[in-house]
Amino acid sequence: MQTKRMTFPGRWWPFALLAPQVLVTLIFFIWPAGQALYQSLLREDAFGLRSTFVGLENFARLFRDGSYLNSLSVTVVFAVGTTLLSMTISLLLASTVNRMVRSRTTYTTLLVWPYAIAPAIAGVLWWFIFNPSIGIVPYMLEMVGYRWNHRTSGSDAMLLVIFAAAWKQISYNFLFFLAGLQSIPQSLIEAASIDGASPIKRFWTIIFPLLSPTTFFLMVVNVVYAMFDTFGIIHATTQGGPAQSTNILVYKVYADGFVGLNLGSSAAQSVILMAIVVGLTVVQFRFIERRVNY
Amino acid sequence: MVENRPWANFFAHTVLIIGVALVIFPVYIALVASTQAPGELMRGTIPLLPGAHGIENYTRMWQSGVSSAGTPSAAQMLWNSFVMAMAITVGKLSISLLSAFAIVYFRFRFQMFFFWLIFVTLMLPVEVRIIPTFQVVADLKMLNSFAGLSIPLIASATATFLFRQFFMTIPEEMLEAARVDGAGPMKFFKDILLPLSVTNIAALFVIMFIYGWNQYLWPLLITTNPDYTTIVMGIQRMTSDENPQWHLVMAAVVMAALPPVLVILFMQRLFVKGLTETEK
Repeated sequence: MQTKRMTFPGRWWPFALLAPQVLVTLIFFIWPAGQALYQSLLREDAFGLRSTFVGLENFARLFRDGSYLNSLSVTVVFAVGTTLLSMTISLLLASTVNRMVRSRTTYTTLLVWPYAIAPAIAGVLWWFIFNPSIGIVPYMLEMVGYRWNHRTSGSDAMLLVIFAAAWKQISYNFLFFLAGLQSIPQSLIEAASIDGASPIKRFWTIIFPLLSPTTFFLMVVNVVYAMFDTFGIIHATTQGGPAQSTNILVYKVYADGFVGLNLGSSAAQSVILMAIVVGLTVVQFRFIERRVNY
Repeated sequence: MVENRPWANFFAHTVLIIGVALVIFPVYIALVASTQAPGELMRGTIPLLPGAHGIENYTRMWQSGVSSAGTPSAAQMLWNSFVMAMAITVGKLSISLLSAFAIVYFRFRFQMFFFWLIFVTLMLPVEVRIIPTFQVVADLKMLNSFAGLSIPLIASATATFLFRQFFMTIPEEMLEAARVDGAGPMKFFKDILLPLSVTNIAALFVIMFIYGWNQYLWPLLITTNPDYTTIVMGIQRMTSDENPQWHLVMAAVVMAALPPVLVILFMQRLFVKGLTETEK
């Protein structure tokens, strides 16, 4: 553990200083996580009076349960869709803004503010635009012959939540891509252009490879975002429907536990999610260590 | 820019203007919808230009809210959101400043253990341990209170790490000089560390305030009393009505989005600093 060469003496000081944070962590993080682990090994009867130890049965059940497997695949589609859409748009915008000299700050300001919008509100905004009876987009789609209805069509509902989630994340990705682009030495690009490389060729052979650390970092962040921070979008709009087509894992934990009151199964799902977060965090940190050498 | 290509510039501006329009579009529609007369939005596709009922809708939402959906006035909900966001922000900043100070400026037993204990919180978002955390808060009788809304969310590994990182860059001589002059730990903390950290505190403040303001699942679960309804969850209540009154919902959406958006626009430099540094 790295500290200063010279430190304050005092045996109790550091513990007193750490106490607030450690207490909050123990009471609201470690203890509940432990509870989730413990409950995931129990099954309660229908009245919640008795619980019996069932070992890993809850986990085994989950992986035999069609609705859980469905939720897994829905989450993958949602996370991949959101990440790809948001990152593609952000990279396009960031590399275009990076060309600009005078208008750069103006465009940046106009693009960063959606970060401030709550996921639930982003969901409500897009839900409203795509509202089948009064929304503007279904009206336009109708003219080209497509009947949009996210209340009955699972794929429409999925597209809707992907749009809302990707829209909110554009500003974040944009800022990181812009920072990444600005750290690429201008001399490399000038050299390539003297050699006659077109802007598109320069982008794919020089800029994009040099940007790969940023891209990889953002991929992990976006997947984490899509998996865990989008609860509000789902809850405020589709509520997992229609027919479970947008029932992502985080939403299912909540729905099974609070609405369905199936505590054992919900706890087992929590444990799986925690494992996923830990896995993603490890990937992210290992990558950061490598980026230092890059 | 390397070479001058007028067509490429024209094309670039076009791409950016389309991009900006796409980003602004949902909020523009919300603004338009919030200025329509009550019946206007039931009658088919929403208009593309603002109506004349803006002041009326905003005043109504601000003063009385939508009682049929069980939400209090927007003024009350905005206040609740503000109190929650401030409590979370100030709480997070204070406890992480203190613990970063302890980790960097003291040597003590189990230092590594505590460091990891704090680190773990990074990996456990509220969403994945929601039910047991709810039970803990219920057992502590903290449902329907600002304490219950804010305290469980104030542990923050990111802020602690950022401050630790920053404290490590402060020259050793600062501490040596302070100790030669006979300053105790709290004196050093208050008169030297805090003033040096002002920019970092401000940058984190922006990020944490937005985080706090936008909390959704947590207030939804632990508050049933409308006196504690925050604006973000109030909007969800209003939309889950049988016939949502969209003109009022959209007025509330604009009011809910305004404070954090203004924070970003006016403190953009701090916001970018906070964002890029917390994610490193």
